[in-house]
Amino acid sequence: MTSAPPNVAVSDAGIRLTELGIGKNARVVAVTAADASAPQDLGRRLAELGFLPGEAVRIVAKGLLARAPIAVRIGTGTFALRLFEAACIRVCPEQPQPA
Amino acid sequence: MEAVPSAPSPLIALVGNPNCGKTALFNILTGSRQKVANYAGVTVERKEGSLLTPSGRRVRILDLPGAYSLDPLTPDEQVTADVLLGRRAGETQPDFVVCVTDATNLRQNLRLVLSLKRLGLPMVVALNMSDIARRKGIAINGERLAAELGVPVVETVGVKAAGVRALVSVLDHVSVPPRGAQPGDAPRAVWRTPSPADIAHDQSEVRRILGLVGGDRLDGVTISDRVDAVVLHPVLGPLILALTLFLVFQAVFAWAQVPMDAIKTGVADFGNWLGAALPASLVKNLLINGVLAGVGSVLVFLPQIIILFFFILLLEDSGYLPRAAFLLDRVMGSVGLSGRAFIPLLSSFACAIPGIMATRTIQNPRDRLATIMIAPLMTCSARLPVYALIIGAFIPHRTLFGGLELQGVVLFVLYVIGVAGAMAVAFVLKRSGPSTGFQALMLELPAYHWPNLRGLAIGLWQRVEIFMSRVGTIILALMVILWALSSFPAPPPGALGPPIQYSIAGHIGAWLAVIFAPIGFNWQISIALVPGLAAREVAVGALGTVYALSATGNDVSGALTPLIAQSWSLPTALSLLAWYVFAPQCLSTLATVKRETNSWRYPIIMAAYMFALAYLGSFLTYRIALALS
Repeated sequence: MTSAPPNVAVSDAGIRLTELGIGKNARVVAVTAADASAPQDLGRRLAELGFLPGEAVRIVAKGLLARAPIAVRIGTGTFALRLFEAACIRVCPEQPQPA
Repeated sequence: MEAVPSAPSPLIALVGNPNCGKTALFNILTGSRQKVANYAGVTVERKEGSLLTPSGRRVRILDLPGAYSLDPLTPDEQVTADVLLGRRAGETQPDFVVCVTDATNLRQNLRLVLSLKRLGLPMVVALNMSDIARRKGIAINGERLAAELGVPVVETVGVKAAGVRALVSVLDHVSVPPRGAQPGDAPRAVWRTPSPADIAHDQSEVRRILGLVGGDRLDGVTISDRVDAVVLHPVLGPLILALTLFLVFQAVFAWAQVPMDAIKTGVADFGNWLGAALPASLVKNLLINGVLAGVGSVLVFLPQIIILFFFILLLEDSGYLPRAAFLLDRVMGSVGLSGRAFIPLLSSFACAIPGIMATRTIQNPRDRLATIMIAPLMTCSARLPVYALIIGAFIPHRTLFGGLELQGVVLFVLYVIGVAGAMAVAFVLKRSGPSTGFQALMLELPAYHWPNLRGLAIGLWQRVEIFMSRVGTIILALMVILWALSSFPAPPPGALGPPIQYSIAGHIGAWLAVIFAPIGFNWQISIALVPGLAAREVAVGALGTVYALSATGNDVSGALTPLIAQSWSLPTALSLLAWYVFAPQCLSTLATVKRETNSWRYPIIMAAYMFALAYLGSFLTYRIALALS
């Protein structure tokens, strides 16, 4: 049985993680299949890594060409994602909080 | 040791997210020396060891590949899930689980803890790397965590013997639940794939627990982030990577000179002493021309191997390797390889065998196969003696602009050609079949840490042991065989040439030389390629023996380097270098491919394509070099 990732419903909320700038903080809104040809278990694997609605993310770095891949901080871990992977994650940018 | 003979030893499994330090714990607990490094996916197989607890109890400990969940997507995770669920043939289900967590990254690790709890096996949670967590100011209330999870929690430090005391005392009191003796018993734990509701529940549970026990300090910009700002910088990052690799190859030549000269002199002195001490006999001939000339010429390269591994281990332990994968991911993606292919390919620079096994972290079978097929094109350390011999003999010691050593530059170029060849082959392989769609990366970039000096020393010592045991066993044995084949039958009376020409090996060499003449190999090289099938560096030893036996004079203990510098043309030398960039001859690699793919098909294809590439590469090199000289 392949389980659907949470919130598979196509969501327009927020922006794609790929659109978030370097060093910017955001919160995950939804993990959705951005592309019908993306592997089925992609959403599940992202969820297993911690990409779940409500979690805090930050872009650590982006590659030189086509800004890919991207390095994302999720919670206390950092993952490198290819663009098609990152595009599945919708986030809501956060305003920098005054220290 | 006094153990109650009838008491079964409990089987304990170490389970946890990738790179949380399971293998380091396993090594400390069992006294093993399994490979440890700072990236995910070092362990791809189950490893078993045993621990004698303070009360004199023997417990069996299983180290399992890291997993993000119990629903496996990759072959290595499959091993973990199968063992835990008692689905693995011939293996009983573990009695007890040590769920190893990275105390600095509890938020991610707790989800697996909750899954394991749902599995229902008795368990303990180990808060590993608790020393690093404390240094980072992360305080976790272990008692509260134990109360919330309903399982015991212990702090561990996987790199210190004292760091596992609490865990050992828990293991000392593990009770073995009565189990039917038959392995066919129903498994005690059952797994069902979590529903979206389970996942959402786990997430809120993780948050609730973290709120209660602490340890969820989402620190802003960490030291690792500051390093990454430079190391992963779009422009600086690739520059730093290129510079790092370049320095490694420079060091392999620049630092090794003194110890190599010392070994060379030592071998030569020993040969002279033997020559003077022994009466002329067949045994003397075997010892000096067979053993010493062959083994000695390989032994000389030990310092370069050590220097190469010093850097490889340093890069592995620091956490830099996954960053290199990040930087080169576009290149990997453009030839259709999974981003996960990088680390198996990088491991292949040490040896293709662990590299091929490391492909088990790749999910898509076709991507995995493509990675397996190109892994032997990465320049393994067994090629280093061959490269170093030829470079030492033919490339002058010259300093280029900026203090670069020409020899180091040539070595670097050879490695680059190997990588470029691999990328080209991957491209063709991936284009020739149906598309596999998107290839995943999803690679964890672990926090950097300073390399552990003790681990580095152990790792280097292991490499020395491996090299020396190869020299002492397979290389020694092959040299004796080669000597015998090269010495018998004895030349007919009145023969003019060196005796080896009339021997069995001489005849084989003459026959092989017909095949290899178009690419510039003489009969001596052709002979040396044959024992080189067992392991690539054997070819160097074989050249040593063949040339020692071909020498007509008495200077038998003369070093190999000046000998080949005199007798080969530059095009021949370059052609042999090109041959070894692609050279297929490593039987253990082919055997590993057979095992990992479960078919003869792929090792045969691999040997054939590499032989064709090697022949073509050498042919072009030789002909072009001839035309230019």
